[in-house]
Amino acid sequence: MKEKRLTEIAEGRRCVLLRISSEGAEKRHMLELGLTRKTAIEVLQRSPSGDPTAYFFRGAVIAIRRENAEKIFVEPEVIE
Amino acid sequence: MSPKKDAAYKRFKIALAGNPNVGKSTVFNALTGLKQHTGNWPGKTVNNAFGSFYIKNALYDIADLPGSYSLYADSPEEELARDNILFGGNDIVLIVADATCLERNLSFALQVLETRQKTVVCVNLLDEAEKKGIEIDLRKLEALLGVTVVGVSARGGRGIRELRETLYSVALGESLEHDAELSRAAVAYDDSIEAAAKLMYGVLEPLAETKNICPRWLALRSLDRDAGLTGSLSDFFGHNIFDISDVKAALARLREVLPDGEAEDERRERIITALFEHASEIYQSAVRLKARGYGLRDRKADAVLTGKRYGVPVMLGLLFAVLWITLAGSNYPSELLSRLFLFIEEKLIGLLRGAGASDFFINVTVGGIYGITTRVVAVMLPPMAIFFPLFTFLEDLGYLPRVAFNLDNFFRRAGTQGKQALTMCMGFGCNACGITGTRIIESKRERITAVLTNNFIPCNGRFPTLITVSALLFNINSRFLSGAASAAVVFGLVLIAVAATFLVSKLLGRTLLKGMKSSFTLELPPYRRPEVSKIIIRSLLDRTLFVLGRAVKTSLPAGLIIALLANIKIDGVCILKYMTDFLEPAGRLFGVDGVVFSAFILGFPANEIVVPIMIMCYIAGSSLSGIGGAVGSLFSLNGWTPLTALCVLILTVFHFPCGTACLTIKKETGSVKWTLVAMALPTAIGLLLCFIIAGIWRIFI
Repeated sequence: MKEKRLTEIAEGRRCVLLRISSEGAEKRHMLELGLTRKTAIEVLQRSPSGDPTAYFFRGAVIAIRRENAEKIFVEPEVIE
Repeated sequence: MSPKKDAAYKRFKIALAGNPNVGKSTVFNALTGLKQHTGNWPGKTVNNAFGSFYIKNALYDIADLPGSYSLYADSPEEELARDNILFGGNDIVLIVADATCLERNLSFALQVLETRQKTVVCVNLLDEAEKKGIEIDLRKLEALLGVTVVGVSARGGRGIRELRETLYSVALGESLEHDAELSRAAVAYDDSIEAAAKLMYGVLEPLAETKNICPRWLALRSLDRDAGLTGSLSDFFGHNIFDISDVKAALARLREVLPDGEAEDERRERIITALFEHASEIYQSAVRLKARGYGLRDRKADAVLTGKRYGVPVMLGLLFAVLWITLAGSNYPSELLSRLFLFIEEKLIGLLRGAGASDFFINVTVGGIYGITTRVVAVMLPPMAIFFPLFTFLEDLGYLPRVAFNLDNFFRRAGTQGKQALTMCMGFGCNACGITGTRIIESKRERITAVLTNNFIPCNGRFPTLITVSALLFNINSRFLSGAASAAVVFGLVLIAVAATFLVSKLLGRTLLKGMKSSFTLELPPYRRPEVSKIIIRSLLDRTLFVLGRAVKTSLPAGLIIALLANIKIDGVCILKYMTDFLEPAGRLFGVDGVVFSAFILGFPANEIVVPIMIMCYIAGSSLSGIGGAVGSLFSLNGWTPLTALCVLILTVFHFPCGTACLTIKKETGSVKWTLVAMALPTAIGLLLCFIIAGIWRIFI
């Protein structure tokens, strides 16, 4: 299993959430958005200014900053 | 007595709750017939809005709560909603969910269901979902949730009748087999959480019963409690229930059932995960996606509007277009209105003279009160009537959150966050609204930054000044070109204002407002097709007339005071002249004159009256009376140069907020200190810029 940071996933690719390494309020905030284990995430696009990035998960598009997204660890979707 | 008869005396309380931007306010409006403002971006409703409506013979009081993602509240907004849902003594919690992103909405619904209150789920935006090929089996959803589900398209009024009937029968307890206690959806947690909840249930049940709270819910919250909720629970119970010795003992025994050394954080993670998984299961069995490429059109739109290549140019282009259309479009109608008001003014004067009224009386009433008020209307009404519909269009479309997305990186570097862009956008309409809107920002530090800098964005009350004065910078005869030139000047000023916002935010973060950064996330809602007719009606009736009404209300008394100042004479010189003469040297230093300074100071009640006051002052200072549309020639007669115009433009953008905005700042920050900072900051920047510009001007020109 290849564990990668969410920020390392290219635009247009999908992945599945493994764990969140942040703590406290930050982690809680991510959880409340629905970023729980096994959540499927699709990377949509980066902001024109490079940060944040828009992600699609649980039926909604949410923008998350690099500083938060790099603490989200995922397994990239296998491309056949 | 039958329940129906009983209902003649019934009054019910409903809380309208749900995720942000799911159309709660639209449902609220459809039920109450009120016109609570709506818009396609999360966080539109920052206050509880209240309304009432009758269904048959029962009266329903309904509160439109701010949207929240979960009952674990993060922002002051969410806390407000959470406390109302939990402790508001509601007869029904009406959850509104967005059919186009139901999965996220369901986790919130499940949290509310866990509190075991009477609940109705209203799935809104069914029409949008159909267009997007999302098929929702409402009856299945109802069966899985165990509460009544009603599908509506609140905008078109579809399903509202059924919703009303449901609210009627649920409130009276007439229905429903679905709502039987046992069939309610309940999230099943893993064994150790369930065991822990059971342990806590034992001690918390008697407490919960005294206050009519669901004991299981309370038991679960004792496992993942946070400071905010504990505080609200303490207020509700009158003491901290987690300090009661039984409860404390039980909490200590939790170690027996929970995994060794598990932090509260991890426990909360397990609870939230179970919640979302349950929501996901319900979603998957009740919803079918017919179309492949879910939300494909939104994605294509986003690829342009928030893409690397076009995102920023499109954004700047839209800003310029909005300003240009507003400025160019309002020129002619403003002129017409001025002429009309002037025509009436002359008739009025003639009439009063004929009736033998004194010059003093005529000057104060017609020249002062009537003159100032009508000038405010003439210069304000046309730009507002153009700007507000344009703004509402972008708002309803869902473009505003994209602006926040595009700009967030700059805000991040300034130590704040993209939602500030939303409040800035609102500031174009009215700074007081923008300041209230900062409640969508979770962290207090970032909120205060947004409050303090909101006034940099020129509001609609300042547009007329910018339009009038920027036209004086150039001498262009073509209306088309002068419109474009004015728009370019105003556009440039707005860019300067935005740059100042970033700089000052950064400065504040380094000095007065040090502290933790919060984690910023922003939902980009699905685009929705705006309804043009509704936009026009709503923006004109709700916004334009509201702001205009306020401006008129302040300009009436202000007109009276200024007219008195201009007409009461001491030693043959009016009081206003003493004031302008006194301020003259200071004004000169900053590239303007005493009249300009006096106008900004006397214009404190409302920015709209600044230019009318200048006109009054110049007229009072000379023997001229009743100069009409030719403001430019009046100003140049009184020694205005392009430097004066430029400095007035700078001061219009950078000076203390108007009276209404100051009161709002005081209310939102609860602090006189921050209000004073908010007044001093822009004034200092404006004076500094003018001082520098005037200095350079004198050296080179």
